Amino acid sequence: MSAGHSHDHGHAHDDHAHGHHELGFIRKWIFSTDHKVIGMQYTVTALVFLFFGFTLMMIMRWQLANPGHVIPFVGSMLSKQLYAGYMNLATEGVLLPEGYNALGAMHGTIMVFLGIVPLAVGGFGNFVMPLQIGAPDMAFPKLNMMSYWVFLPGGLIMLASFFMPGGAAQSGWTSYAPLSVINPGQTAWLVGMIFLITSSLLGSINFIVTIIHMRAPGLTMFRLPFFVWAQFVTAFLLLLAFPPLEAAGVMQLMDRLAGTSFFMPSGLWVSGKAAEWVGGGSPLLWQHLFWFLAHPEVYVLILPAMGIVAEVIANNTRKPLWGYRSMVYAAAFLGFMSFIVWAHHMFMTGMSTKISTFFQTTTMIISIPSVIILTALVISLWGGSIRFNTPMLFAIAFLPMFAIGGLTGLPLGLTSSDIHLHDTYYVIGHFHYVVAPGTIFGMFAGIYYWYPKATGRMMNETLGKLHFWPTFICMNCIFFPMLIQGMMGLSRRTYDPNIYQAGLASLKLHKMISWSAWIMAIAQLPFIFNFFVSMFAGKKVTENPWDSTTLEWAAPSPPPHGNFLTEPKAHRDPYVYSPPGRKDDFLPQHVVLEV
Amino acid sequence: MSNHSSTAAKDTHAGHHDAHSPEEIQKHVRTYLVVFVALGALTAITVGVSYLDLPPVKAILVAVFVASIKASLVALYFMHLISEKKVIYVMLGIAGMFFVVLMALPVVTETEVRSWLRALLMKYVP
Amino acid sequence: MDVAIPCQVKPHPVTGIANGKLAIWLFLASEVMLFGALFSSYILLRTNAETWPRGHDILSVPLATLNTAVLITSSVTMVMAWAQLMMGNFSKGRKYLAVTLSLACVFLVVKFFEYKDKFHHYQVWFNTPTMVAGHEVTTITGHIEEKTDDFIKFLPDPPKGHKAEAGHHEPIKIETSQIKRLSNYGPWHSNFFAVYFTMTGLHGLHVIGGIIVIGYLLGPGAKLWHRDRQFYINRIENTGLYWHFVDLVWIFLFPCLYLI
Repeated sequence: MSAGHSHDHGHAHDDHAHGHHELGFIRKWIFSTDHKVIGMQYTVTALVFLFFGFTLMMIMRWQLANPGHVIPFVGSMLSKQLYAGYMNLATEGVLLPEGYNALGAMHGTIMVFLGIVPLAVGGFGNFVMPLQIGAPDMAFPKLNMMSYWVFLPGGLIMLASFFMPGGAAQSGWTSYAPLSVINPGQTAWLVGMIFLITSSLLGSINFIVTIIHMRAPGLTMFRLPFFVWAQFVTAFLLLLAFPPLEAAGVMQLMDRLAGTSFFMPSGLWVSGKAAEWVGGGSPLLWQHLFWFLAHPEVYVLILPAMGIVAEVIANNTRKPLWGYRSMVYAAAFLGFMSFIVWAHHMFMTGMSTKISTFFQTTTMIISIPSVIILTALVISLWGGSIRFNTPMLFAIAFLPMFAIGGLTGLPLGLTSSDIHLHDTYYVIGHFHYVVAPGTIFGMFAGIYYWYPKATGRMMNETLGKLHFWPTFICMNCIFFPMLIQGMMGLSRRTYDPNIYQAGLASLKLHKMISWSAWIMAIAQLPFIFNFFVSMFAGKKVTENPWDSTTLEWAAPSPPPHGNFLTEPKAHRDPYVYSPPGRKDDFLPQHVVLEV
Repeated sequence: MSNHSSTAAKDTHAGHHDAHSPEEIQKHVRTYLVVFVALGALTAITVGVSYLDLPPVKAILVAVFVASIKASLVALYFMHLISEKKVIYVMLGIAGMFFVVLMALPVVTETEVRSWLRALLMKYVP
Repeated sequence: MDVAIPCQVKPHPVTGIANGKLAIWLFLASEVMLFGALFSSYILLRTNAETWPRGHDILSVPLATLNTAVLITSSVTMVMAWAQLMMGNFSKGRKYLAVTLSLACVFLVVKFFEYKDKFHHYQVWFNTPTMVAGHEVTTITGHIEEKTDDFIKFLPDPPKGHKAEAGHHEPIKIETSQIKRLSNYGPWHSNFFAVYFTMTGLHGLHVIGGIIVIGYLLGPGAKLWHRDRQFYINRIENTGLYWHFVDLVWIFLFPCLYLI
């Protein structure tokens, strides 16, 4: 809210280009209220977190491929006892089971809550959405800034937990009680989560108000780009699904700090002793509340990626999206259904067959809107003169990857097959296909696509392709074997696969997966290089390098504070590509046709 | 900014003059006082009933019923939900749907809860 | 902020409300889900429990009734503040706002004494059934008068319904070896108190939040009235919506925790 500033700041938009030079470095880049800067802050922070989460996984992969061997490079570092009572992850260079658990829990938490969501919503949503709706900024710029500055401490607390007494959380990203209440390290996780939830709450309110109130004249809801719709549904999911987890987090914190027994059952024994808790609580209550958030969270992860892919596909096939309206309805229906499927994560908790039948049915129903969106995107490719640039490669790769991820989910949603597959590597393979080659490919497509808008320079195409192909191959070499391992019966949280016969048989696959993971790490180097060097050395672009139609391309690249030089107006649907009878093969939303 | 806001404020004032004239607000104030008295009376009733030591199910039904009336009064009159804009109803409708699911959470998924409900039904439904 | 944000003060031409009001309602929707999850957990824990105390017996209904009255009154004064400002009476509006603020503080003070009472109220569970005041019991409640390593001097509560002759009971001495468990009525005592402290605590935090915002609007934030009257009234209205919601949550907490 701008009440604090009485000085009039040039409403004639021409002033914008040179009207803001008085902002110092700190106001412009650190405590900025500009949605684009906040979006970039989110993007860079989230990419760093993603890389960190990936590093944790690479250490775990060493243990899985070479159980009990000294970890190269970082083994001695992880074995150092920093202070008395410090939980080091390894001894004599070999990863400890507790260390493995901590790495696993933090990998999941960091990837989901500190990596993908901030990147997809905080990064892309913040940067692109106001531009696409033709708004000068978000509805509450200060709230937007606060959302980032609440997110960052939450993330730092999570990271710092590795160095706190008791170490990081060790109970999986799902933090199932009673284990999570007993294990050390969980308190920092819970405090961090409360920060993150607060941040996404502030963000989602801001998003919804911005989309409802700040669309450019003429930009009706059904003229919105699909990406904006995806962000709109996502914001509702964040708004309504996160508070129950916040409540559950508070209750778990009470269990840990105030000795309450919300999630602690009666008669609990811990390490051969009767537990101190009075009992009478319900461990299942945690699972219900957790999945009440975490299932909608899955759609928080995937919807923005679908939105990005839709933008990139429409642009690079040079034809309108096929079935735009059905995609919008499907996204809304997806959001609605995502609230009534959560218990399919809990078929094995002894729930009654009637209830599991209900959740099995809703789970099958929710696959329909996902398939509608995917089908619409695939049909959109039909008959297009496709430009195979880097963003398009990632966007096209998203389609089969997400399809594999989605289809492998069906056996998990059916109670009878879930009995065999529950908590095996199959589950890991399934959701990683959705999130890693699925969502992350969407994110990469978005970065390559909007990079020129953010910096005014293109990323290098050759390096982009050098990034895409090995990543694409490695992703499949990592996650496809996991599906096989899971069907062999390998339990997902095993520290040492050798202890089972099934594990022994899957060791070769583990070696293949681990090597692919390390090669994929190397394949990210061209991207990192490209990302930083292109800021100074990339080819300079004008406002619309991709010949695109949506409103963000009407603003200069990079857009100034306040975004547009003249207030944009939308005159038509978002994807008018190859309209008949015109010389150009695209007709932007803001262009006025002379009759 | 200031120029912009003050013109905006004037516009709003002009646009809303009919609905928010001083006479209209005076009427509102009278409503608030009536609601205040009603809330006080309902509080007295619910506290009074709690001293009657009714059987648990009846006590719960009465207490929740009275609380719902009180909450509705606050929401309708103090929070002006009785004459709100459509967009707010839509938002609250969406939230309401998910709220119902959330409240069904213990009821649909805990075996003990279901047997408890069944026992309750057997007892009170002929 | 240097960028002019549309609909900050003026209602949006289509929705008919300004940004702030839409945002506060969205925030309240999320709050409904937050407290909804807690109520839902409460129902689940209570229906699963073998025994569940009646709040009436172990909490102070008179104090809670007083607090209910305080909070309802503060809701009325809040909406009156808005009405006065709408009629252009700045000073009257401020007075109502000040009353709201003080009632919010009164609520917290009463709550503080309620909490304090709980932390000084103890329950003792015996290892074996023990004779206390002519009855064989496994557990008694009351206050600790003296505590050493070997024994506690314990003043039992008068039996229910005998509050009139409260002066007659005497402190008893309980050996430490007799005690299976000793706990005050803190959140660790039982799931009832876990629910009680978590829900009222979270509600209390919301009251504190309200005090901060109302305090700001009464103090430094009031300057806005002279610069942009409508903007100030909007803020009062939105704060009011939040404050009524805090009241509304209490309206459900009060019977659920204290009366049934």
